[in-house]
Amino acid sequence: MTTALGGLPAVLTAAGPASAVAPADGALGLAWLLVALPLAGAAVLLLTGRRADRWGHLLGTATPVAALVVAVAMWVALLGSSDRVRELELGTWLPGGAFSVDLGMRVDPLSMTFVLLVTFVGSLIHVYSIAYMAHDPHRRRFFAYLNLFVAAMLLLVLADSYVLLFVGWEGVGLASYLLIGFWDHERPNAVAAKKAFVVNRVGDIGLIVAIMAMVAVAGSTDVGVVHEAVGAAGEGWATLIGLMLLLAACGKSAQFPLQSWLGDAMAGPTPVSALIHAATMVTAGVYLVVRSGPVYEAAPTALLVVAVVGAITLLFGAVVGCAKDDIKKVLAASTMSQIGYMMLAAGLGPIGYAFAIFHLLTHGFFKAGLFLGAGSVMHGMGDEVDMRRFGALARYMRVTWVTMALGWLAIIGVPPFSGFWSKDRIVESAFAVAGTWEPWVFGTVALVGVGITAFYMSRLFFMTFHGTRRWDDGTGVVPGGEPTGRVDHPHESPALMTWPMIVLAVGSAALGGALAIRGAFTTWLEPVTGHVEHHEPVLPVVAIMVTTFLLIAVGVVLAWRQYAAAPVAVVPPRGSVLTRAARRDLYQDAVAEAVLMRPGQYLTRSLVFADRQVVDGAVSGVARGTAGAGELLRRLQTGFVRSYALQMVVGIVALVVVVLAVRI
Amino acid sequence: MNLTNYLVLATILFTIGALTVLVRRNAIVVFMGVELMLNAANLAFVTFARMHGDLTGQVVAFFVMVVAAAEVVVGLAIIVAIYRTRRSASVDDVNLLKS
Repeated sequence: MTTALGGLPAVLTAAGPASAVAPADGALGLAWLLVALPLAGAAVLLLTGRRADRWGHLLGTATPVAALVVAVAMWVALLGSSDRVRELELGTWLPGGAFSVDLGMRVDPLSMTFVLLVTFVGSLIHVYSIAYMAHDPHRRRFFAYLNLFVAAMLLLVLADSYVLLFVGWEGVGLASYLLIGFWDHERPNAVAAKKAFVVNRVGDIGLIVAIMAMVAVAGSTDVGVVHEAVGAAGEGWATLIGLMLLLAACGKSAQFPLQSWLGDAMAGPTPVSALIHAATMVTAGVYLVVRSGPVYEAAPTALLVVAVVGAITLLFGAVVGCAKDDIKKVLAASTMSQIGYMMLAAGLGPIGYAFAIFHLLTHGFFKAGLFLGAGSVMHGMGDEVDMRRFGALARYMRVTWVTMALGWLAIIGVPPFSGFWSKDRIVESAFAVAGTWEPWVFGTVALVGVGITAFYMSRLFFMTFHGTRRWDDGTGVVPGGEPTGRVDHPHESPALMTWPMIVLAVGSAALGGALAIRGAFTTWLEPVTGHVEHHEPVLPVVAIMVTTFLLIAVGVVLAWRQYAAAPVAVVPPRGSVLTRAARRDLYQDAVAEAVLMRPGQYLTRSLVFADRQVVDGAVSGVARGTAGAGELLRRLQTGFVRSYALQMVVGIVALVVVVLAVRI
Repeated sequence: MNLTNYLVLATILFTIGALTVLVRRNAIVVFMGVELMLNAANLAFVTFARMHGDLTGQVVAFFVMVVAAAEVVVGLAIIVAIYRTRRSASVDDVNLLKS
């Protein structure tokens, strides 16, 4: 049964509290390798130091590829099995008497989907990074951090207890911090990394509180045990756990109100933005919500809050995306908005879980592709990120243009590209959710989001590749603006960069359609999300679809008229109130500063004041009083023996008088 | 003879002893004052024992004598030691501990 496990010390096939779940045997027993391989890669790269500079990137790329091979083997094994929820027991991690935490991995369709996405996209981005970071003196360290990220992310999705999940959760946070601040010799990058770290900590508090509540309710943090116990514990506990998990998800997935860090996180190298801040890590929040589905089933209020948060972030990101001129920040806002779609879908309950993960998967492909495309454009344009300095690049970067076009068509939801299949289902489910006002509100928000998405993604695409040239090609003439003093020679990126983009573009084009055939993906996820009967939307499906297409068309045409047919100013025009607000991320930082930072600073300052004045004052006051009393009493000690004797005599006489007076 | 007279004498002796302790500077004389006070107390003890027809007071007088003898030995030794180091037997000069 466990023949393929080699030197693995303690594989308990059927023991522990999770004995109801079938053990992971055969190829599935290799799940631990998925985490161990990239982790070993990171350790080797970090510990060998500069000696590994020459071959570090090769080892760094080999480990995720090896993990991908293992993942595919496991996937095949899982497909060939009828029992698709498996548990791999690796022993006890934290033995603590009545409460203990097992070291185990849960192999089921949900975690398998993530494992395949992370290893596949991760491998491609490692390959891309070889060329992208070729001239960076710290390329080895970069690959070490990327490996660390892959290991932590795989641990996060494979963990069978919330405590182990938390380890992965913090691991990806750490890797994200290290990679955002990879070029930390420039202060804004270091500040952005710190911001991401601090905002994520706020979310982590939610996860910690949720784990505490789980221990209180279930006496265990095992995923299966918790899910069974929460249903019996009553709605109050379920709501608490659900809301705390949502807080954690908001931090990690940059959802309202913890969204502020994602835009700044673009300070990291572009492959990092593609892998961590688009395809995988930021979707961990969606994973957490879907994984904890049974908790939300017992807590309808928390589920509704999830949907509301998703809807708000969806519009927030879309509006911000319309105004930004930095190509990576537009993509970051778009990521926020698309994850808002996933959160909205997850918040719709069981009818949306599968679609949330489906959109997550397709989004992982097209958004990673778009980011790699943006990286390729930056590579060809001397690291310029301002789209107002691009324009008419399609002729110079054919491959980038085509791959980004496929990603663009996928994200705005044009059939038959990937995004259409996933996003359209979310819009439909939003209209089909149970409730009186919910289907109308959520459905409308999702529809409006489709239109805005079409506008800002087309804006990005046209501003970059079409319209007039707004960069200096050596003639010294820049139409529509002053020359920057820098001459650009846009060129296509090397093959190591274009091939990953091509593969991701193929995925963006075909993956959604392939997985949607007869609901293949939904059926695949059923062991986790449960089987759900099709609900009828409040509007006819045809009407929804037609409206969707109309909105997409309107968005694209508007963007074409404004940014391709008409000349684009190099200096951004003043714009309307909304534009100016959106350029500043709808004042998210100002609000956070006014609502959280200033009162926080005031609180700490008054605490320091209270400490100095009241606590220290009481302590040193007592000391000063004692010293003063001693100073006074000291004067009685004259050193003259006879005066002491006199004092004694007087005292005794006084005592005798008192005693006699009392007697008489 | 009236026993009260003995008590009056004891009081007079005690007062003289106490005044000697308070007024005189010479350590030896102060010491003599202390002895006078002790013996005044002894006289009072013995008188009261006689008054009440109880021997306890007389026994205590013996204890006081024994303790006084020991105290004289220690006290004189201290006085001699101080005299050797400070060339003075005045109690007012013994103030080294005063800062």
